[in-house]
Amino acid sequence: MSVLFDILGSVGMWEAVLRIATPLILGTLGVLLCERVGVLNLGIEGIMTFGAMIGWLTVYSGGDLWTGMVAAALGGAMFGFLHALLTVPLGLSQHVTGLGITLFASSFSYYVFRLAIPTSSSPPTVEPFRPLEVPVLSDIPFVGPVLFHQTAPTYLALVLVALLAWVLYRTPLGLAIRMAGENPHAVDAQGIDPIWLRIGTIMAGSALMGMGGAFLTLAAFNSFFPTMIQGRGWICVALVVFASWRPGRALLGALLFAFFDAFQLRLQTVVEGVPYQLFLMLPYVLSIVALIVMARRASVPQALMQPYRRGER
Amino acid sequence: MTRVLELSGITKRFGHVTANEDVSLHLDRGEIVALLGENGAGKTTLMSILFGHYTADEGHVRVEGQDLPPGKSRAAIRAGVGMVHQHFALAPNLTVLDNVMTGTEPLWKLRSNRAAGRRKLVELSQTFGLKVDPDARVSELSVGECQRVEILKALYNDARILILDEPTAVLTAQEAESLFATLRQMTSNGLSLIFISHKLHEVMSASDRVVVLRHGRVVAERRTAETNKEELAELMVGRKVERPARPPATPGKVLLEGIDLSLSGKGGASLHGISFRLRAGETLGIIGVSGNGQTTLAGLVSGLYAPDGGTLLVDGQPVQVHDVPHAIAAGIGRIPEDRNAEGTIGDMATWENTVLERIWSPAFSSRGVVRRGAARAATQAIIDRYDVRGASVDGRIRLLSGGNMQKLILGRVLEAGPDILVAAQPSRGLDEGAIAGVHERLLEARGRGAGVLLISEDLDEVVALSDRICAIVNGRLSPAIPPERANAQLLGLMMAGDWTAAAAIEAEASHAV
Amino acid sequence: MRFERRDHPSRLVTVLAPIGAILAALVVAGVLIAIAGANPFRAYALILKGAFGSRLGFSETLTRATPLILTGLAAAVAFRARLWNIGGEGQFYLGALAVPALGMIPAFAALPGPMVMVACLVVGAVAGMILLLIPLGLRLKFGVDEVVTTLLLNFVAVLFVSLMIEGVLKDPLAFGWPQSVPVPDHAVLPKLMDRSRLHAGLLIAVGMAIFVWWLQSRTVFGMRARAAGLSPRAAAFAGVPLGRTLIAVACLSGGLAGLAGAIEVMGVKGYVTTDLSPSYGYSGIVIAMLANLNPIGVIAAALFSAVMFVGADSMSRALSIPSYIADVTVALSLLTMLVAIFLAQYRVRR
Repeated sequence: MSVLFDILGSVGMWEAVLRIATPLILGTLGVLLCERVGVLNLGIEGIMTFGAMIGWLTVYSGGDLWTGMVAAALGGAMFGFLHALLTVPLGLSQHVTGLGITLFASSFSYYVFRLAIPTSSSPPTVEPFRPLEVPVLSDIPFVGPVLFHQTAPTYLALVLVALLAWVLYRTPLGLAIRMAGENPHAVDAQGIDPIWLRIGTIMAGSALMGMGGAFLTLAAFNSFFPTMIQGRGWICVALVVFASWRPGRALLGALLFAFFDAFQLRLQTVVEGVPYQLFLMLPYVLSIVALIVMARRASVPQALMQPYRRGER
Repeated sequence: MTRVLELSGITKRFGHVTANEDVSLHLDRGEIVALLGENGAGKTTLMSILFGHYTADEGHVRVEGQDLPPGKSRAAIRAGVGMVHQHFALAPNLTVLDNVMTGTEPLWKLRSNRAAGRRKLVELSQTFGLKVDPDARVSELSVGECQRVEILKALYNDARILILDEPTAVLTAQEAESLFATLRQMTSNGLSLIFISHKLHEVMSASDRVVVLRHGRVVAERRTAETNKEELAELMVGRKVERPARPPATPGKVLLEGIDLSLSGKGGASLHGISFRLRAGETLGIIGVSGNGQTTLAGLVSGLYAPDGGTLLVDGQPVQVHDVPHAIAAGIGRIPEDRNAEGTIGDMATWENTVLERIWSPAFSSRGVVRRGAARAATQAIIDRYDVRGASVDGRIRLLSGGNMQKLILGRVLEAGPDILVAAQPSRGLDEGAIAGVHERLLEARGRGAGVLLISEDLDEVVALSDRICAIVNGRLSPAIPPERANAQLLGLMMAGDWTAAAAIEAEASHAV
Repeated sequence: MRFERRDHPSRLVTVLAPIGAILAALVVAGVLIAIAGANPFRAYALILKGAFGSRLGFSETLTRATPLILTGLAAAVAFRARLWNIGGEGQFYLGALAVPALGMIPAFAALPGPMVMVACLVVGAVAGMILLLIPLGLRLKFGVDEVVTTLLLNFVAVLFVSLMIEGVLKDPLAFGWPQSVPVPDHAVLPKLMDRSRLHAGLLIAVGMAIFVWWLQSRTVFGMRARAAGLSPRAAAFAGVPLGRTLIAVACLSGGLAGLAGAIEVMGVKGYVTTDLSPSYGYSGIVIAMLANLNPIGVIAAALFSAVMFVGADSMSRALSIPSYIADVTVALSLLTMLVAIFLAQYRVRR
């Protein structure tokens, strides 16, 4: 038992929670935006891969870290645009298109990466984001290092949660986005074109996914390697259901998830006799459990996965 | 009078189909114009062009003397045109205020002014007598309230011209009446209205002028005071259509009996202790406002659900297994409420749609392998015998018109020679000619000794076809009255749940027998 | 611009759709090859040469197509019934793992040869089924969308394989490498061609494609499954038992993916590792879509993918173009195929 308390009492563990949560927060916000406007985006896994690769490659070829983040956001928006084009005006199956985007974006990322870095036994590295200490606040014992000794993109992700909540619930644009996810006919009837609204929102959401991927290569690790996303994108899709499509709860879900992940990582090192694979399964199993718990309770956007065509009902 | 709206020479084609051809009409301030026509006459297309959802191939729209740019609903809204859609364009999970305010502020504003929005909404609802709670979720509202929200949405956009597409399609008689009273009051506030309808009585009672549309063209225009139902009916249909008359009934043994049936949580509304008897050679008509349990009752008899309590007897035997194959095997023929969503699968072939519900029968499969030859032959026979136009055995059923789709459904059901026929809303959405055909088939089935359970919201239809009429209210069934005693007032009372008069009549009728 | 549904989807366009889609994907991939500084035509010629140019290349292509046919079928039968089985990868691995696991049972090893082989195939299929029945059960019982659950279970399945091959199924003779004990001797599928890896699994795969085609187009089950996929409500009204039909579809789909894994390990590898599958499960989705969910078309689509993968390996050595170009092309052809299907069903109007 005391081992558990040691882990739970350690600053490192709690500091890791926010770090692990950051890509999940960004990805989950991205999925949330897309689904709020009525489109499932299973391209996330590939878009995060591309964000991770292009962000890293930008920095590796001499760009600074924020240029890398911007490149990842733009790359994400680009694939988001492709997904939007296929699912919104053409109304293709969002499931299959999203998977196609994931397969395309990830294989494209590997292709570009291999072109840029033809052969290497150990992946080349970049100088990643360093933790920023918030003056004064980071001196608070325990809480200080946990909350205020993080990298800049982590703070950005937290700001984005609040910003997105504000946009969705306090601005006319957010109302239109939510309305388009509930009933695009209603948006159209009020003179807003739901097609463009959806395309734009999906691009914005996908940009966030791209940044989530870039966080992995530019802050959490310092290199890129294939299959590094490891299903984080799919976990984000599950977290959105868990969060009932609300930004605040998405943050909570990501933190909870990251807590379990950080916990199991530390537990692995101290608990003997339990195979490490069981610990590694935990995030995926937890995501499934979260889906089961919330499946009946969640208030799904009514028009999710329903393509909109004028005059067709 | 000032002319507020003018459509001239509007033509719109979809592929080979011409939806509107050279349509011109106008609207004066303070006027109510009814746009009358059958399904598919081009009414909704015309109004969608006016509202900028479609672009006309020819012709133009002028609002208060200004040309309206085509294809921009935003421009129509700004010019003061408001549209109340037949299928409400509302988001059930959002509040009334959310629904009304969407798209009314510049999108990029950093903060929505909800206080001002709320004030304006409350003011409007008071001015026009449209009471709603701004903070209620739309999903909690009744259909009538939803319609009020739709109208308020238009008014909130400062609409001076209001277009209502089939506004009473989902309302009860009482709600419809109060709607028209409200509309009348609006015209005195300077609004001008067009409402789309195919119901003659409401056109006669609520409009100043009627424009009749047939096959996409304006075929007549009349001042309401100078015309009558009969003339309008003929103008609308293009010929005289006689619905078949009901010969006297010769009721036989009880074929279907429900004893104290109850069911909740399935098919929408619950049933609470429903009992009824259906005899051979008679039609039992069930009327009611939608959402009172008729869908559930039809589903229960059709084998979709099992009751929570009570017994269903077919031919005197209690039904043990409540599922579709058993229902069909027991001789129950089923005409579903929704042809497109329930009765057919649009992307499957006509023959597959015809035999799917009987695919287990040895006629259509053996040892799990479909007997395609037999299935197609049977389908071809139905297409021929029931005059299903435009159908081919291997073609997809999606391409059929509503009337022909219903003919195919009638064919597949009646060819099996059912003893009991459950017909739910059999003529909903059909034009007059097709309705007459459906009625003929239902009477034919009754004539050869089947019991027909007719569930319909069309009172004229129920009165014309039924031997006894019940109302279903909140999952309970009223006493039955003979159709000769039915009148609008009595049926209205029955549907509203006041059953004293009906009970007296039933007692009287059972005495006479 | 707007899209109108065609009354009669053009036959010609429907047939040409996959070809057009593949050409479009090849054009885009060609641009990527050109950007990388190689001549795309030369690259494609080398791909074809690599896949067909030699006896070995040709046999490799067919060997590679074998599991792809089966995972393609797995996706196709599920998607037809609108069961979004994205878990082919995990089902493949469990199917593969079941074979050496069965070999560990002593009583089993005593069985006569042909029975061993049949039992291994069946157990592999059953393992795949079980993995798909879990998410289907969650959907039927709790209403959990199976897309995400099947995706997540892929990771769980691979970790489970890793757990097993480092644990109870670990091969003690593998010098510490994490790999499973070999499959039973009698379970090794016979070779179809000398001095190649081509094995009898290809015949099983093609046989399954024909069987699935027959099942879908000629049987009551096939008709019901399609009805349930196209319109659950209308299917229920017509008396199709939705739950049971979906369960049967899941058994077929998961079974095919599991069978793919079993056959791969029995025909090619002989033992299980965690890199047994170069994402055969995910490629199956592309193949199913390329085939427009037609079981016979799956064979052709699987061949196309196999040509790309096998050919790109040798092309990449010659031109130093990353062999990932094959994955890019195959993924792109999924997207272009979706558009092509759309264009076959809709016409574009101004």
